[in-house]
Amino acid sequence: MNILWMTVVTALRALRRNLLRSTLTMLGVIIGVAAVVTMVSVGRGADAAVQQQIQSLGNNLLMIIPGATTANGVRSGWGAASTLTVADASAITRDCPALAELTWMKRQLVQVVYGNQNWSTSAQGVTPAYPQVRTWPVAAGRFFDEKDEAGATPVALLGQTVVDHLFEPGEDPIGATIRVKNVPFEVIGILARKGQTGWGQDQDDVVVMPFSTAERRVLGTQILGTVDMIFASTATADAIPEAEQQIRALLHERHRIPAGQDDDFTARDLNEIADASKSASEVMTNLLLSVASVSLLVGGIGIMNIMLVSVTERTREIGVRLAVGARTRHILFQFLVEATALSLVGGAAGVVLGIGATRLIARLAEWPTLLSMPAAVGAFLVAGAIGIFFGFYPARRAARLDPIAALRYE
Amino acid sequence: MRPLIQLRDVWKLYHLGDVEVRALRGVSLDIRAGEFLAIVGASGSGKSTCMNLIGCLDQPTRGTYRLADASTLSVDERAAIRSRRIGFVFQNFNLLGRSTALENVALPMIYANVPFAEQRRRATELLAEVGLRGREHHLPSQLSGGQQQRVAIARALANRPSVLLADEPTGNLDTQSSAEIMDLFLRLRREQRITIVLVTHEADIAEYTERIITFRDGRIVSDVPHAPSRLAREAAQA
Repeated sequence: MNILWMTVVTALRALRRNLLRSTLTMLGVIIGVAAVVTMVSVGRGADAAVQQQIQSLGNNLLMIIPGATTANGVRSGWGAASTLTVADASAITRDCPALAELTWMKRQLVQVVYGNQNWSTSAQGVTPAYPQVRTWPVAAGRFFDEKDEAGATPVALLGQTVVDHLFEPGEDPIGATIRVKNVPFEVIGILARKGQTGWGQDQDDVVVMPFSTAERRVLGTQILGTVDMIFASTATADAIPEAEQQIRALLHERHRIPAGQDDDFTARDLNEIADASKSASEVMTNLLLSVASVSLLVGGIGIMNIMLVSVTERTREIGVRLAVGARTRHILFQFLVEATALSLVGGAAGVVLGIGATRLIARLAEWPTLLSMPAAVGAFLVAGAIGIFFGFYPARRAARLDPIAALRYE
Repeated sequence: MRPLIQLRDVWKLYHLGDVEVRALRGVSLDIRAGEFLAIVGASGSGKSTCMNLIGCLDQPTRGTYRLADASTLSVDERAAIRSRRIGFVFQNFNLLGRSTALENVALPMIYANVPFAEQRRRATELLAEVGLRGREHHLPSQLSGGQQQRVAIARALANRPSVLLADEPTGNLDTQSSAEIMDLFLRLRREQRITIVLVTHEADIAEYTERIITFRDGRIVSDVPHAPSRLAREAAQA
């Protein structure tokens, strides 16, 4: 214990003696550890943000889209084929007990005009169940009801982005008359801010109206009764696979798709998207982590280099220590402690720097970040291990010096 | 009485490239406890090699070396013997330049597992004994050559060794300091009955001792008892 303590004191003193050199040597480890801490924090932050979005979108949501995305040969792509119909949606509502609620949507890019302002946005015709299914509350005003749907009333709700672009700040859009593809609509409500989807699409850039209104008055669809998307919600997220199976079975039957042939629709739940997004961010994080690890490795080599210099410089000192009775393990330990102290101090500085960098990124780039204590501790310990690993060779070299030669060393 | 140190037909061979250097060629030597002796000879005569062997810094190529009952073996066993039983004093002092006098004296005690407080106490005491009271926290660079050698002697005494090995201890000192160091050796011998082996090529330094062993070409050519000079005797009695 005594020797241990003296050795640590001696090592720290030796490092302080060459403060600039020690700092420069530590730089590699500092940067490596800081990079690891920062990368993991940013990666975890992105993950958490995606997860949170999925939660906000509803993790009990299934989306059914016409056309297949997986196909051999040329396919028309998502939503281009009008293979899903209102009748399909109704059948699903009727025959799939795993589902809680259902809504469907038809959408088109349209020009919206209010006064002398205009804005290009997505017009979506949906059913009155839409806010419940998508867990998307109305911020002001009201949603349309079955009566509006039945009568194809020209009423609309606006997303926040559309409000921002059409109306002056402070102006109340409710009751205002806007024109969608030259059809006058009364604004009856504003949807709560929903933010971006996991794949960066602004969900608030939208005008929502009754499905019948959209179909008959605005979108002028060639074939009535087709839909662009069906949203189905289940009571809990656990019921998703069962619901998906029921829907697939029903649609196969209704569309007369024999087993083994490609579907003419795609059903996906948001967890799938979340997983994809998560694995993408994992790949990125791992990539950056490996870069950070290279920096740690380089830092370790730097430590080894400076320790070799130190051993050479202090050959005489080693000789004296051996002459007065130091065992090889004492010398080995002394230089190992010195190398480890270098890497641990560097590691600690790296953790502090990494936390600082994470905060800075969170503030300046406004990225979501989430500090990871295990990553910080892990990076710190890896730094220590690197010190021991790269310090071992120089330390062993010191310990194996011949005392006579070391004492004579000039 | 059994000798403290015993060398029997000791050979030490080096290889410098293709050349074989025979540093010691069959040296036999007994040193009894409490002796104060000088090993003299020209440089390259083997006297330093012999001292390194006695000090367990090196091992003989052939022959046997015994220190009391210990016949030396491994690297660490030799280090343990250096730690407990041998004190070194070098020509160039070999103090740690960035450590204080006190820390230098305490150094051997660290490796002998002496408790910290005891290290401080004994180091202070030893510095006082060699006449450096009040200089405990001076760095070697703040001390004169003679004072540095005193620190080195205090360090050599730290673990109460049975043998003090001094390799040209006065080689870097002026006459006045040399005399003071030699007086110190005499006093240590008188008060502590410590065995002192002095390697020197200066005849007047060898005069202080009781036995002079002369090396030439790796062999002992003379080993004679010696009556310490009047000056040294006076110093010894003072």
